[in-house]
Amino acid sequence: MEDSRRRFLKLAGISALGLTAKPVLDAFAKEHAKAPAPEFEEGPKALKAMQWAMVIDTRRFKSDADLQPIIDACDKIHNIPVFENKRHEIKWIWDEEYEHAFPTNPNKFLTERLKDTPFLVLCNHCENPPCVRACPTQATFKRKSDGIVLMDYHRCIGCRFCMAACPFGSRSFNFRDPRPFIPKITMQYPTRTRGVVEKCNFCAERLAVGKLPACVEASKGALVFGDLYDPKSEVRKLLKAHYTIRRKQELGTEPAVYYIV
Amino acid sequence: MLELAFKGSKNYFGWVLGLLVLIGIGFGFYLYQLKFGLGITGMSRDVSWGFYIANFTFLVGVAAGGVMVVIPYYLHDYKAFGKITILGEFLAIAALIMCLLFIVVDLGQPMRIFNVWIYPTLHSVLFWDTLVLNGYLLLNLIVGWNVLEAERNDTHYPAWVKPLIYISIPFAIGIHTVTAYLYCGLPGREFWLTAILAPRFLASAFAAGPALLILLCLFIRKTTRFDPGREQIQALAKIVAYAVCVNFFFFLCEVFVAFYSKIPEHMEHLTYLFAGLQGKGSLVPWMWGSVVLMLISIVLLVNPSTRRRENILMLSCACAFVGIWIDKGLGMISGGFVPSPLDHVTEYAPTFPEFMIAVGVYAAGVLVLTILYKIAVSVKEEVA
Amino acid sequence: MKDRTLIITGLIIFIALVAFPFWYNMGKASPQPDLVLTAKAKAAGACVMPTAYMRANHMHLLDAWRNSVVRDAKRVFVNPQGKTFNISLTKTCLDCHSNKAEFCDRCHSYASAEPYCWDCHLDQSKENK
Repeated sequence: MEDSRRRFLKLAGISALGLTAKPVLDAFAKEHAKAPAPEFEEGPKALKAMQWAMVIDTRRFKSDADLQPIIDACDKIHNIPVFENKRHEIKWIWDEEYEHAFPTNPNKFLTERLKDTPFLVLCNHCENPPCVRACPTQATFKRKSDGIVLMDYHRCIGCRFCMAACPFGSRSFNFRDPRPFIPKITMQYPTRTRGVVEKCNFCAERLAVGKLPACVEASKGALVFGDLYDPKSEVRKLLKAHYTIRRKQELGTEPAVYYIV
Repeated sequence: MLELAFKGSKNYFGWVLGLLVLIGIGFGFYLYQLKFGLGITGMSRDVSWGFYIANFTFLVGVAAGGVMVVIPYYLHDYKAFGKITILGEFLAIAALIMCLLFIVVDLGQPMRIFNVWIYPTLHSVLFWDTLVLNGYLLLNLIVGWNVLEAERNDTHYPAWVKPLIYISIPFAIGIHTVTAYLYCGLPGREFWLTAILAPRFLASAFAAGPALLILLCLFIRKTTRFDPGREQIQALAKIVAYAVCVNFFFFLCEVFVAFYSKIPEHMEHLTYLFAGLQGKGSLVPWMWGSVVLMLISIVLLVNPSTRRRENILMLSCACAFVGIWIDKGLGMISGGFVPSPLDHVTEYAPTFPEFMIAVGVYAAGVLVLTILYKIAVSVKEEVA
Repeated sequence: MKDRTLIITGLIIFIALVAFPFWYNMGKASPQPDLVLTAKAKAAGACVMPTAYMRANHMHLLDAWRNSVVRDAKRVFVNPQGKTFNISLTKTCLDCHSNKAEFCDRCHSYASAEPYCWDCHLDQSKENK
């Protein structure tokens, strides 16, 4: 629990001296460690899982109009800005055609339904996420308690290595201050600042208070959310009963979003 | 020795002043970028790295190329290069400073840059890249300075410098290998996902670095009383000749694998670069230009009669340098991002402010190079 | 030693320049700012931690809060008295201290501290207007 500026100065000074930083840092840390350690708890209603996962029943979607309420629900509660300039776009959950959602799994003669069905895409919260491997500051990390791939916007230096590493194009960068471009700001969630990367967080803030992700809630049952490693979870039941596909499975990132086609 | 940088001709000070002006302009645009965000650049959600990282990658190569004078002199005892090792080391320093500046201007939150060392992350290649780049910079500073000072005082450099020189050699290979690993370990970026990326980076580095060094040597000979030497320049020319050939061979290997296997994800990037994709192909003339430049340099460098004529050598080195800059800079970065992992074609081109910031960084590098070379050449003139 | 006067003059100018903030502000110390407590904050009587601790260490506490929420999924703070609080800058801190301008900003500008909290976190009073 240390002021980051002090840490910054300390480190800058120490690296300048060219000393081995560890013992010196430890000595400093001891000197400043006088504040009582506060205690932290999870909320009483928090939902828990080993690895959160989602099953998307694409048979339930006919057109973009079916997806829009789901996308809107997310955009609204997460203060997603709307940019006219496509280069600056921020997207957490959006729709793609089959050939773009599954570009490595092309099918020359796709069934009529799949050809016309829009696919919802979002961060896959991979079990083996390449973005986490790439991040030089652990600003993006896989939460041990429930497998969600999260962003720490306070720590992100904006190098965009994670964007290069993500094979699903799930990450957006704040190319400019997003706040003036948010249609209606909600108090329930912070906005972001320019210069950091952001993406879907599986509604970690809602799970913490016992609510399912906003998209799931708005989907009228087409999106199902649950623990991938609980054999009794809704997700596992669906996976048992239906053949599902995942995006770019061949890369071995183990996406946690499954599609019933 | 630093005082040698403060004595010079009118031309020298005029040149330094010009560079300072360019740095100032670039810095002005950088302040604008700090205020607005990276939205002033041409980068986008799909092409999230652009001109800055492209130049960074290229300049890591230039820095690593400096080792091509260090290895023959210190490992093979090729005495002739003793005269110009300092030029290679100082070139590496200037290139590395530009690399670090390009990284800084590319960050969305540059004031948090020390987070990389506050939260050291062993599984991130970028963390290792900061270590090898800074390490190589430090090694070159220490080695270059001590060796030059010893030469000035007509003594032998201190014994403890020798191990640092040996360490700097794997570091030179290391900076470019680790920089290649930034790219080639990413799943879903098939253009970069190739084991030959690091060797290819090194080959292009060993062409571009010494090619620039030849141009600098010729310039120094013309403008100062220090002659880097014909034998030295010719030896460097042979190194460039081998390296451009190997680099082109590696490129052809990539083309073969992509187009003989006919795996769409591997072909698409090269198709985009050399023919355009979905009607978009702003880089096509650049890429063919790059191929033509590299072929010209190969023909002129491999052929002994053209290599030995210094006018033509100058032209062939410029061709190699520019050809590699296009190929390894914009081609390598844009080529990797287009098409996107979702198979969309979003094109990228640097904007004017982005270009000016890059010019400012180059000016800073050239300023460092000017000052270091001024010192080195003054010492050489003194002892001559 | 022929440059002695030059060196000494240079040194004096250098020291004068370095000491600029001190002699420029001499005798002009700005008064310590008064922090205004809202009725709600007064009624509550105590913050999440004792006032003295908060005054000196609120930034450390907020730092620990954010790490706990963002990285450890623990969103409830238990103070030494055993009282629990929902960890939220906007929803908990600013609920009592709804006067950010007179409470946070006044002291921050006095101390020339520029926390970037508000680039992202929302000030209820401002957004509701």
